[in-house]
Formats: sequence, C-alpha cells, structure tokens
Amino acid sequence: MTGLAVGTLRAASTPPATLPATGVEHVAWLLLVFPLAGAAILLLGGKRTNAWGHLVGVAMPVAAFCVGVAMFVQMLGQPASDRVRSMTIYQWVIVSRFRVPMGIRIDPLSICFVLLITGVGSLIHIFAVGYMSHDPERRRFFGYMNLFVAAMLLLVIANNYLGLYAGWEGVGLASYLLIGFWQYKPAAAVAAKKAFIANRVGDVGLSLAIMLMFTTFGSVTFSGVFHEAPKASHEVITAIGLLLLLGACGKSAQVPLQSWLLDAMEGPTPVSALIHAATMVTAGVYLIVRSGPIFNLSPGARLAVAIVGAVTLLFGAIIGCAKDDIKKALAGSTMSQIGYMMLAAGLGPAGYVFAIAHLLAHGFFKAGMFLGAGSVKHEMNDEVDMRRFGGLDKIMPVTFVTFLLGYLAIIGVPPLSGFFTKDPIIDAAFAKGGTSGALLGTAALLGAGITAFYMTRVMFMTFAGERRWEADQHPHEVPPVMTSPMVVLAIGSVAAGGFLILGNRLLNFLGPITGVPPTSHGIWTKAGLAALVLVAVGMVIAWALYGRRPVPATAPAGNPVTVAARKDLYGDAVNESLLMRPGQWLTRLSVFFDNKGIDALVNTVAATFGGTSGRMRRVENGFVRSYALSMLVGAVLLVGALLLVKL
Amino acid sequence: MTGSVAAITHTIAAPSIEWSLLSPLVLVFAAATVGVLVEAFAPRDLRRALHIAISLGGLAGAFVLTIVVAHSHIFAGGKPGVVAAVGAVAVDKPTLFIQGTILVLAFVSVLLIAESSHDAFAAQAAAVPGSAAEREGLLAGLTHTEVYPLTLFSVGGMLLFPAANDLLTMFIALEVLSLPLYLLCGLARRRRLLSQEAAMKYFLLGAFSSAFFLFGVAMLYGYSGSVQLAAIATAAQSGVGSATLLYAGIALLGIGLLFKIGAIPFANWKPDVYQGSPTPVTALMASCTLVSAFGALLRVFYVAFGQLTWDWRPVMWGVAILTMLVGSIVAITQTDVKRLLAYSSIAQAGYVLTGVIAANTAGLSGSMFYLAAYGIATIGAFAIVTLVRDQTGEAAHLSSWAGLGKRSPLVAGLFALFLITFAGIPLTSGFTSKFAVFRAAIQGGALPLVIIGVISSAILAFPYVRVIVLMFFSDPAPDGPVVVRPSGFTSAAVAVGAAATLVLGIIPQPLLNIANHAASHLFVR
Repeated sequence: MTGLAVGTLRAASTPPATLPATGVEHVAWLLLVFPLAGAAILLLGGKRTNAWGHLVGVAMPVAAFCVGVAMFVQMLGQPASDRVRSMTIYQWVIVSRFRVPMGIRIDPLSICFVLLITGVGSLIHIFAVGYMSHDPERRRFFGYMNLFVAAMLLLVIANNYLGLYAGWEGVGLASYLLIGFWQYKPAAAVAAKKAFIANRVGDVGLSLAIMLMFTTFGSVTFSGVFHEAPKASHEVITAIGLLLLLGACGKSAQVPLQSWLLDAMEGPTPVSALIHAATMVTAGVYLIVRSGPIFNLSPGARLAVAIVGAVTLLFGAIIGCAKDDIKKALAGSTMSQIGYMMLAAGLGPAGYVFAIAHLLAHGFFKAGMFLGAGSVKHEMNDEVDMRRFGGLDKIMPVTFVTFLLGYLAIIGVPPLSGFFTKDPIIDAAFAKGGTSGALLGTAALLGAGITAFYMTRVMFMTFAGERRWEADQHPHEVPPVMTSPMVVLAIGSVAAGGFLILGNRLLNFLGPITGVPPTSHGIWTKAGLAALVLVAVGMVIAWALYGRRPVPATAPAGNPVTVAARKDLYGDAVNESLLMRPGQWLTRLSVFFDNKGIDALVNTVAATFGGTSGRMRRVENGFVRSYALSMLVGAVLLVGALLLVKL
Repeated sequence: MTGSVAAITHTIAAPSIEWSLLSPLVLVFAAATVGVLVEAFAPRDLRRALHIAISLGGLAGAFVLTIVVAHSHIFAGGKPGVVAAVGAVAVDKPTLFIQGTILVLAFVSVLLIAESSHDAFAAQAAAVPGSAAEREGLLAGLTHTEVYPLTLFSVGGMLLFPAANDLLTMFIALEVLSLPLYLLCGLARRRRLLSQEAAMKYFLLGAFSSAFFLFGVAMLYGYSGSVQLAAIATAAQSGVGSATLLYAGIALLGIGLLFKIGAIPFANWKPDVYQGSPTPVTALMASCTLVSAFGALLRVFYVAFGQLTWDWRPVMWGVAILTMLVGSIVAITQTDVKRLLAYSSIAQAGYVLTGVIAANTAGLSGSMFYLAAYGIATIGAFAIVTLVRDQTGEAAHLSSWAGLGKRSPLVAGLFALFLITFAGIPLTSGFTSKFAVFRAAIQGGALPLVIIGVISSAILAFPYVRVIVLMFFSDPAPDGPVVVRPSGFTSAAVAVGAAATLVLGIIPQPLLNIANHAASHLFVR
C-alpha cells in the first residue's frame, strides 16, 4: 500500500487563491440562519412552543445538514484549486483602520466541520427527542442545542478570526447553559461555572492573539493574516502561536486547562455527546489546523502544541482508567483522544490531515458511545456508576452492539476507524525524528495501550459479568428514536476511518489547504504494529482485572496511581492552590482596602462637606437686614480688593 | 458724545432711531402695552385667552424679527454689528444670540404662566392673606391676568439690558426688567405670606444693588466724562484720570450686575425669592433674568473694561470660586426642592463666570451656549415642580418626593433627566455646556478655576443624585403628593426642556456653531 501518489500532492503546496462564492454557496448563511431561527423560536416562543418545540429543534440542524451536503457536492465538482470560496455578508466593524467583514469562508476544511457538526448534530438531536422526553424543559433544551449548533457553525465558517471568536464565545455560552441545564443540582451549577471560568482563561489567550494579529498584520481575516504572516518577525509569530494554543487548551480541555471537562458531564448526555465529545471540544484542533500557516512558520509553537497534546493524551487516559462513572471515563477518553489530535496538529503539515481524520472518526465513535452511555443511564434510573451495571449485553442488544463497534474503533482494531486514523498519528510522531519525535511517539504508543485498557474495562464493567443492579432498576432496550442514531453512528465508527484514509481521500481533499506529509508510510507501519501489540496487552490486563473475576460493588482502596487518577490527577488541587486561594486572598485584601481606605476617605470627605454645608446655611437666616449687611461687606471687600490690586 | 456735539452746534437734531433694528424690542413693548389695554377694556372672560395669544404671539414675532434683523442687517453687510438709537443700543451678533435665547426662554416660561389647571397666581393680591376678601376673590374665581403684560414689560427690559451701549440705558433697562419682577414675586396663590416676604426682600435688596450700580455709573462718568461704554474703554486705555475712580467704578458697577446673576456674596436673595415666588415666575427669573444679566455683564466687562482684563480678573476669580463652592456646598443640606434649585442656580452662575473670566471668543460662545442650555433645562425642572402637589399646593419638601418614581415614573424620570443635566453628565446638554466654558477657561489660563469648578460639580452632583435615589429607591409615603395632569401648556414646556436637554447633549454642534459664529467678533463697540 506504500508509494501512493503523494509526490503530485506536494506540488500543490501553495495555498489556492480565495475565490468569490458561487452556486449554492451564495446561501451559505442559511447554515447560521436555520439553527439561529430554531433557537429564537424555542427560547422566545416560551411555553406556547412546548408541544412541537422538539420537532423544530430537530428540523433546523437537519435543514442545515442539507445545505452543507449541497455545498459539499458542489465542491466535489470543482477542481481542487477552486475550492476556497469566501463571501462577505456585511461590514461588521468599521472603526478607523480596524475593518472586519462579517464573512463566510467555505473550503474543504470548513466543509468537513460543517458536515460533522450538522450530521452528527442532527443524529444527537434525534436521540435527544427520546432521551429528554420526560423532561419538562425539553423545549428549552432544544433551544440551547440549536444555539450551540449556530455558534459552532459560525466558528468554523467565519472567514476571519473575529467571527471565529464570536462563534467561540457562542459555543462557550451554549456549553455553559447546557452543562448547567439541570441547575437545580448544585453539582451541575458549579460544573457550568467551572467550565465557563476555565474557558475564560483560554479565551483571553485567543483574544490577545487576535489583537496581536491586528497590530502586526493590520487584518484579522484568514487570507489577510496568512498573506502577511511570512513578513512578520519570528518572535511575534511564536507569540501568536502560543496564545492561540492557550485558547485551544481552554476550549479543548488540554493540560493545563483540562479540569472542567470531567465536571461538564453533569450536563444531559446528548450534550456530552455533541458538545463535549464530537464538536465543541475539537474546536481547539480546528483553530490550530486553521492557523496552520502561522504554526508552519514557528517550530517552537508547533512543538508546544505537540507537547500539550502528548501530555494530555496520557493524562486523560490515566484518568479514564480510574473512573467508575461511565460518563467520566468517556470524558477522560475524550480528553485523551483530543490529545492525539493536538499532537498530530503540532506535527505541522505532516499531521494536520491526520488530526482532522481522527477528529472526524472520533466524532462518530465517541458520540456513539456517549449515546450508548446515555441509553444505559436512561434505563438505569440515572445511575452512572459502572460498578452498579453489568450484564446489560442481552438486555440492551442494540446499545451493546453499537457501543462495541465504537469501542473496537477507538482502541484501533483493524479495519475499524480508529486503526486508520490513530496509527498514522503515532507513526507521524516517530517520523518527526530526534529526541522529541521519539518521546512524542512513545507517549502516543503508550496511550494506545492505556486506551485499550480503560475502554475494555468500561465494556466489561457495563455489559459483561453478573448483574449488579438495585432491585428497582428494570432496564430495557431504548426506543427506536434513540437506537437509530446510535446505529448510524456505529456505521460511521466502523467505516469512517477507512473511507477517509484509504485512497488518500481526505489527504487529496484537504491537502491544498493544510499541506501534506512529506512521506507516506502506508497503512501497515512499524509503529502501528507496535500499537496493536500494546492494545492487545491492555485488553488482556483489563480482562484479567475486570472480566475474569467479579467487579466489587464498592471501589477498592487502590494504589496511589489509582487514587491520584480518581482525583483527576490533582488538577483541581493544583488550580485551587495556585489560583483559587491566592485569588481569595487578593479579594479579601481588596475588600479590606476598599472598606478601610477608600470608603473611609470618601465618608470623611462627605461628612466634611455635609458639616460645612450645615454651618454655611445658617448665614441664610431670612432677615433681609443680614442679607443687606453681607452684601455691604461683600461690596467693601470687592472694592477694596480691586483697588488693592491696582494701587 | 452725541450730546456734547449737539451742545456745541446749538441745534437739536431729532435723534435718528433705526426702527427696523430695534423692531424685536419694540414689538415686545407694544405687546405689553396692548396687554394693558386688554386688561382695561376686554371683558373678563376673554382676557386670559387674549393675553396668552398676545404674549405668545408677541414673543414669537419678536424672535422671528430677531432672526430677520440678524440676517438682513448683520450678516448681509458682513458687519459684526451696528450701533443704533444714537449710540444707546448696540445690535451685534452676541446680543442677537442672547436676545434670541431670552425670547425662546420667555416663550416657554409664558407657557408655564398660562397653565390654568392649577393657577399659580393670587386671586386678589391686595387682599390680606387669610382675610375674608381673599376668600371672596377665590370663590369668585378671580385671577390676576395682569401677570402677562408685567411679564412682557420685564422681558422687554431683559432684551434691552444686554443690548444697552451706555450705562444710563443699561440702568433703565435694569429697572424695567426688575420692577415687574418684584410685583410678580408677590403674586403667589398659595403660601402668600412667604410670597409677599420674597417680593419685599427682592425689592429691598434689588434697590440696594441698583444704588451700587448707579454709584458705579457716577464714578465711571467722573473718570471718563461719559457713560458710553466705548468712551470709557478709550479713557481707560489712555490711562489719564484718577485710577481710584475707575476701579471703584468697576467694582460698584460689577456689584450691581453680580447681584442680578446671583453671585456670592450678593446672592442671599436667591433662595428666599426663588422659594417664595410663584413657580412660573421663578422659572422666568432662573432662565431669562439670568441670561439677560449675564449678557449685560459680558458686554460691560468685554467692552468697557476689555483693556483692563488683568486688573479685574483676580477679583472675579475670587467671586467665581466662592460662587461655585458656596452654591454647591450649601445645596447639600437643602430640604426644599425650590431652594435646592436656587442654590444649584447659584453654582451654575459660578460656572458661567469661569467662561466670562476667560475673556476670549471661546469664553463668550461657551457662556452663551451654557446660558441657553441651562435656561431651557431649568424651566423644565421648575415646570415639574409645579406638577407635584399635595393639599398645601406644591409639595415643596423633598421628603414628600420619596418614591415618586414608583407612582409617576415619567415625571420622576424627566426630573431625574434635568438633575442629571445640571450635574453635567455626558449625553445631556449640561455636559456640553460645562465642557465649553471650562475649555474656554483653560484657554484663557484659568486652569485652577476649572479644577475648582470640577470639584464643585462633583459636590453638587451629590444633592442631585440624592433626589434621584429618593425618587426611585424609596417607598412612597401613603399620604404623599400626587402628580396632577397638566394641560398642554405645561406639558409643552416640559417636553421642550427635555428635548433640548437631550438634543444639545447628543448633537450640540449646530447650536455650538451658531454660538461660535455669534461670538467670533465679540461685541461691537
């Protein structure tokens, strides 16, 4: 399988020119209008829309998906050099030299995301119709979900960084609203706040990056920035790259801003599937890949991205091993898989395409598994502790099979998706060469083994073994409205990776935008084979621990690593001691200073003037003789003063 | 000067009166005279309507004539101005601007005076308060319609005051504007003793200050041998004669003018008179009289003493500082809404004084803009005061305004708007006008004055904000005042005040352009 026609691809490494929109791209704004209209109808319409609100909520992403597919089909009919299309809707910001158009950019990269967001998004919306059927606030839920879809689409189709930033903040808002959807639960309210604040840190990085771009390049449009970037100094480019990475870390839950994602599982499970697995958390990867022309100019910034990715992929995987909450185990896994994508993105043109390939495949299998976890939770009276599951494979066969296919895909069993998309990343990391390449590759390889371990653990604890349920739990298979999306996603889990990678489909499609790897090692690589061996080892260990012997209903004490992993590797403790406590002291200090310093000063001044006023008004005693006297005294003084000045 | 020429040739030439140039003045006085005839001959039922028509028509007509004069005689010739009536009256751009301002403000004040749903004026002013005669008058439904011609006479004096080109004309104008006001102050329908006391005080102190003014005129005549402003300026420039006479004259003349604008230490009358007078009359005094007096002050100090700026400036600095600080500090502890507005008016006079002291075109235009903007807002504020009433008439005590924002959000909101503009918050006319005078003062080298002005504004913001807090964040008292439904007259006055406040705050440039243009050549000599 080696020796594909990569050479011809490399020739097209100069980015294609940006052309005006044509055909169906003229209505690309419908992508935003449909879900926004849905959100407006559902959120402003109030209780009147309760009866049919969820139907609107589902119809809107489906309509946007149709627009996306139409644009995709049209794009396939165009030559590769004509696929970057841009259109300005209106002038958004006009302030002196600072001009930003509200514009849309349709190119192979954005269309990939449009299809993922609207496609997987539609499936999850359909699932949510069943999942949220008993929730009295289902309409509001769909309103927020549509709002999320609109913001996420804006994020990926904006043709400038400011538009991207608007979408970026929009998905942050939707994420906050949906994590805290059951805000009567204190844990959900706190988790929503935590996600918002952690994201704020990253958002500061992104906004500073945009400001730096404006001062350096005089523009914030993609075409303007990328055109000017080669002329800027190396230090500025690296600074922009690192600030963008900070933004990506916040949104994609990468170390050191990872702490919010595990708590975010307090949101309804469709939210976890759509926002915290398939789409929003991958926005950081989109940002890095989209900003490729900047990162290509700065090896330092690229290395930082790769290191963050490698650290996070191990971090998330280790956390995933120790979690008994099925959603948190999957969340750790999400963190870890996005670490893979970041690692790939940090490898530059050698990895961009694989990052996106893994992102798309992950969108299918992780969303599918989250929906599976949602079905289980739905049927188990909202129980999420895997130690109380077990033996569900016969009772929920569709859920079991779709989950199983997702599981096989994520651990990278050939020929399922993960095998095609993850192994090239490991291979590319080694191919980077040098010490850094070896270290990054080893981390990625190790991560593959750990992934196999914790995912196998999840499978055994949930579906195999004896039933460890409570007496009042009566699980059944979920209705078709919930199983059908899982089936579709399972098909994607099986086939997406192979479809994208075999025949260099994605490489040929994205290559003109992202660049292509210098060499291709084909499907079967040494690193890939090593990964398969480690996967097998991980599976065996998990079987030995959780498949061969019964799972205790309460968690055993565990070794220090397990304890640490259960506590999210002390991510919260670090945040608390480094940020929260000093912040609290700063707050207390400023409150003290405000009370004793500023307020005291203000009060003294006020009291002084008040007292003076009280004394002075006594002059106004109502007697006209006193008034006349004071006038006379004033007159004498005035005449005297004027004469004194002159004489 | 003309007089001495006549003496030499022993012929008495008929003085040439440029009627067309003086037509606005003549029209106002003619309307006042017709008003007297109406009072004498028209049947009682018709009087009020006729008076309102004559007053509003006369003022509006005079305003139109002012514009016509400005266009045909001043702009057409490209001249900064001309001297009319044998040197007695100057018609120049700043004067026309000030006269136009007075006419607009007087028009709006007459709208307040014309309000009929709650008459502000006594039934029979001559009846002893509390007597049977008073009750009879009230029962008979009488009201003093003489207020309309009195107002018009006063406005006529106000128009002449800033235009007077010699000191005797100026003195006569001062008396013509003051005497009807003394009467009007004593005509309140409610709290009549307070009103009569106010009139008495205003008359006594006004006479006192007139004496100072006249004494100053005598000194200056002794110094220069003339009462013409231009001649005094020429004499002062030559430096011949007794400096003592000159500077004592400046001081005494200044005292007469500073009394009228209400600068410390000559402003004791203001709180008592503003409080006691019928509120529409207070509005007239707080707007038109202030504008007119400042017009005269500007003319005297820019024309007659324009060469002596460095000599009178230190003393005026002292007066301005005292006025700004005392006005704002004493305002803090006021409990009566009209007294609060009176002290506010004192402090505002101090801010305009900073523009006067700048003694440059920016100072002149800034002062004129300030007067126009403040005048219209203050009428609006007093108009609101007439609407908030309890059993005793207007609810004067501020404590009874508590919670007004909950009962009548519109009225309370408009009053808050006027207070905000007095405090000089941006996007209201108060900010623009303070900015204009303070900028002029800095250009004129009076930075310390501006710093004190800003501090004073900050102090003055406190009582304003306290009233706003009282209106919107306190619970209304159960037996608190009610807001009466005004007729169209008061509503129109409030609407004009609020609209002008917002428009001059958001798009002040058109009026600023006019003021700058009017001030571009200072006064004609």
